[in-house]
Amino acid sequence: MTRINVKVDGVDHTDEVEPRMLLVHYLREQVGRTGTVVGCDTSNCGACTVHLDGRSVKSCNVLAVQADGHEVTTIEGIADGDRLHAMQQAFHDCHALQCGYCTPGMIMQSIDLLNDNPNPSEDEIRHGLEGNLCRCTGYHNIVKAVQQAAGAGVGGGGGR
Amino acid sequence: MIPASFDYVAPATLDEALAALQRHGDGAKIIAGGQSLLPILRMRLNAPEILVDLGKVSELRGVFDDGPGLVIGAMTRYDELLSDPLAGAHAKLLVDAVATVADPQIRHRGTVGGALAHADPAGDVGAPALALDAQFVVVGPRGQRVVDGADFFVDHFTTAVGDDEILAAIRIPKHTGWGTRYEKFVRVVHQWSIVGVAAAVRVEGDTIAEAKIGLTNMGSTPVRARSAEQALAGVPIEEGAVAAAVASVAEGTNPPSDLQGDADYRRHLAQVLTRRAVLAAAGA
Ligand SMILES: Cc1cc2nc3c(=O)[nH]c(=O)nc-3n(C[C@H](O)[C@H](O)[C@H](O)COP(=O)(O)OP(=O)(O)OC[C@H]3O[C@@H](n4cnc5c(N)ncnc54)[C@H](O)[C@@H]3O)c2cc1C
Ligand code: FES
Ligand code: FES
Repeated sequence: MTRINVKVDGVDHTDEVEPRMLLVHYLREQVGRTGTVVGCDTSNCGACTVHLDGRSVKSCNVLAVQADGHEVTTIEGIADGDRLHAMQQAFHDCHALQCGYCTPGMIMQSIDLLNDNPNPSEDEIRHGLEGNLCRCTGYHNIVKAVQQAAGAGVGGGGGR
Repeated sequence: MIPASFDYVAPATLDEALAALQRHGDGAKIIAGGQSLLPILRMRLNAPEILVDLGKVSELRGVFDDGPGLVIGAMTRYDELLSDPLAGAHAKLLVDAVATVADPQIRHRGTVGGALAHADPAGDVGAPALALDAQFVVVGPRGQRVVDGADFFVDHFTTAVGDDEILAAIRIPKHTGWGTRYEKFVRVVHQWSIVGVAAAVRVEGDTIAEAKIGLTNMGSTPVRARSAEQALAGVPIEEGAVAAAVASVAEGTNPPSDLQGDADYRRHLAQVLTRRAVLAAAGA
C-alpha cells in the first residue's frame, strides 16, 4: 500500500491505496465521487475525463499514486452549490445529451478546450473533443453547447 | 480491467531512478506518462514487479537550447512540446507530428521520451525524430552514451535502451526556417497512423535545396527515406517533379499487412503522402 495526498474537488484526502489502483476507481470507490464514469476501460472513450492540476486526463489511464501531491477536479466539483457551471448549463439548454453516459467526460473536456482556446471554431471544437465518444447525440448539440458556453465567457474567466 | 499487483517507487532524481532499476533488475519497469504502459498492464500483457515512476524527476523535463541544437528532456509532455517556442522555431516537424498524436487528454500525459522508448512502429514520434537527425541520450549504471537514430530503433517495441538504462533526452540539430509537414493517414482521428510521412525541406528560391523524410509504420521501426531525399535535392517546387522524385520512396521498405491495409496499399500510401508532405512543406 502507498500513502497518497490528493485534493479532490477542493477537499484534501489522505489515503492508503494499492499502487495498481486506477485514478477513476479511487475517485469512485474510495472518495465516493461516482459522477465520473468508466465507459470503455481502454482509454478510448473519454467518459472518465477529469482535470489533473487543471488539465484534462482520462482517469482510467492514470494511477491513483500518480495523482499524489496533485489536485483533481471531477464533474462533481464544478458547480457552485445549486448553480450549474456555465458548461453544464449549456449542455442542459442545448439538449447536448441523451443517455448522458458520455456527459461527465464531455463536459470536463469541453471546459479544458475553452481554457485552451476561448473562441474555437466549429472545427476546433470537434477536434478538441476527438478523445470523447458519444453514441447517442451525433455530436451536433454538443458542439452547440460548447459554442454557447464560449459565448458565456467560459475559458475567458467568466464561466462560473 | 485492473492491472496485476506491483510495487511502486517515485524517485525525485535520475540517480535514484537508476538505482531503483539496478536494485530490481528486469522485474522493474519505467512509467513515464503511462499512456501506453497502463493499457498494457490493464490487459495484463505485462506484469512487472515494480514500477519506477519518472514523473517527479524534474531534470528530465523541458526543452533547452544548447547552441547548434535543442535538447528535449524525455519527460517533456506532448502538450508542453506543442506550446514550446524553441521547439516551434527549430524542430517544427516534431511539433507537427506530436499535434496529431491521440487526443488532448493523452497529449496532457504522454511524453516524448515515453513514445520513443515504447517504439511502436505505428507511433508518430519516431519518424520525425529520425528525419531531424535526433541523437538519443541514454544514461545507465556505466554513465551516459549517445545513440544515433539508426541504432536507437532496433525492432517492434525494441530500442537500444537496456533494462538498467533510461532515455534521458533527445538532441535535435536546429532546423530553423525549414518548411515542415506531417501527413498522417488514419480512419479514426485519434488513432495510430496507417502510414505517416514526416517531411522537412529547405527551400532556396523555387527549388528544394535539401529534404529530410521519415516514414511511420512502413516497417518494424521508423524508416529514413534517404534515396527520396537525394532525389529531391535541386528539384523545382512543382507537383510533377516532386511526384517523380518520390516515386520510389517505398522501395526496400517492409510495411505490415493488417486489418487497416495490406503492404502494397501502404506502399502506395507512402508515395502519395510523401508527395503531399513535401509539397506542403515547401509551401506549394
Ligand atoms: C487512445 C490512445 C490513442 C493513442 N494514439 C496515438 C497516436 O495516434 N499516435 C501515437 O504515436 N501514439 C498514440 N498513443 C500512444 C501515446 O503516444 C503514448 O503516450 C506514448 O506512446 C507513450 O508515452 P508515455 O509517456 O505515456 O509512456 P509510458 O506509457 O509511460 O511508457 C511506454 C514504454 O516506454 C518505457 N519508457 C518510458 N519512458 C522511458 C524512458 N525515459 N527511458 C526508458 N524507457 C522508458 C516504459 O517502460 C514503457 O515500456 C495513443 C494512446 C492511447 C491510449
Ligand atoms: S473509460 Fe477512460 S477513456 Fe473510456
Ligand atoms: S449521450 Fe449517450 S453516449 Fe453521449
